[in-house]
Amino acid sequence: MKKKRFFDCITIGVSSGGLNALMILFKDLPVDFSVPIVVVQHAKADSGDILAGLLNSKTELRVKTAEEKEELKAGFVYICPANYHLLIEENKTVSLSVEPLVNFARPSIDVLFETASLAYGSHLIGIVLTGASSDGAKGLAQIKNYGGYTIIQDPKTAYSSYMPDAAISACDNPDEILPLEDISARLVDLCRERSS
Amino acid sequence: MNHTKRETNVDNENIEVNLLIEAIRLKYGYDFSGYSRASLKRRIKKRLLDSGSLSISGMINNLLYEKDFFDQLLLDLSINVTEMFRDPLFFKEIRDKVIPELAKLSSVKIWHAGCSTGEEVYSMAIILKEAGIYDKCQIFATDFNQVVLEKAKQGVLSIVNLKQYTQNYQKSGGTGSFTDWYTAKYDLVKLKTTLRKNIMFADHNLATDGVFSEMDLVMCRNVLIYFDRPLQNRVFRLFTDSLTQDGFLTIGSKESIHFSGIADEYDQFSQTQKIFRKI
Repeated sequence: MKKKRFFDCITIGVSSGGLNALMILFKDLPVDFSVPIVVVQHAKADSGDILAGLLNSKTELRVKTAEEKEELKAGFVYICPANYHLLIEENKTVSLSVEPLVNFARPSIDVLFETASLAYGSHLIGIVLTGASSDGAKGLAQIKNYGGYTIIQDPKTAYSSYMPDAAISACDNPDEILPLEDISARLVDLCRERSS
Repeated sequence: MNHTKRETNVDNENIEVNLLIEAIRLKYGYDFSGYSRASLKRRIKKRLLDSGSLSISGMINNLLYEKDFFDQLLLDLSINVTEMFRDPLFFKEIRDKVIPELAKLSSVKIWHAGCSTGEEVYSMAIILKEAGIYDKCQIFATDFNQVVLEKAKQGVLSIVNLKQYTQNYQKSGGTGSFTDWYTAKYDLVKLKTTLRKNIMFADHNLATDGVFSEMDLVMCRNVLIYFDRPLQNRVFRLFTDSLTQDGFLTIGSKESIHFSGIADEYDQFSQTQKIFRKI
């Protein structure tokens, strides 16, 4: 009998070329999308919280900057604030931290992925998109190790292929390597299994 | 598949973390039970990797019998990332809005709670000097970690950060030149000792200690984010009980007094920064 999968959270890591990639990814996600999405986008420390506003007008989902202690809810996309790490607690709430840079970055994708994998285990989808960094590779491997579902943007379709390439080398047999344009439809499929 | 190996491992690890926290509390009196778990766990695991211990529970033996091991762990468990004039616009708002209010008082008491290595304490001292009210201020800078307090007392900065700090100082509305406030020798930058005159560095643990004086300004930025809600509420209560009427409370830009049980006791003093005034 085929094992029934369902997912409670999607974590996304993205660096250079991120704004465009996220716009394309979120544009086709429906308003009733049933799984919360948490995004780490590398950004300059003083860049403020503009990303959520920019994305909000491009999707039916509600995009907001994540706040500490916030409980993750379906229908929302949570953006990690600049200059903070975002950690997910096992009770599915957000913690923020100004701990030292990890992989030269704060926020770090690895920090998000590693804590999310502890909180959600096999009910987590991890996605690595475009970027010129190796951040996220180790974290995606941990998501895979803990039974989660791993998707990497096809490096050929990435603005910067370095980060997808690093994730592919680090992650033993990722579940899917997809062109950016195909990821949102795939997410709708994967997460529909939850509601049925 | 109701209980996989992964889930067993995560459960065991959580038991080990709880035991470690309890061992620290029983042996040394530091209470980390109210700290946000994900970050605490990351830091414990980092120490595990660096220490060569085989497991978190193995570290319990180390910390009980080796004081040096515990001291290092304690350093890892406190987060000591700070800057001179971190978030310059916050300090600009202090200069522009809070200082004129403090200037009206005959004497001023300021508490930097969780001061770490002291960069914000000295930043504030510079602002008080430039505003000409330093001499009537008594400044308390507290942390639970003796090692960082000692460092704070030295008032020494690393030269690699100097460019950033100078920019921060300027953006914060500095009225002179940042070079007025330090002497540089080799790769170290020593802050002027005149800044230290009215600062008292002291051991105080927000998780376990109480009110120790009546304050006109409490600064505690990016400390509360590491605490769970009950501990946050405890600390907010402590600050509120420590403040005079019309006293100021400042917290980090991503911290909130909503849900804290004390929000009604404050007016929002600034539109742009997390500065509150006790009613």
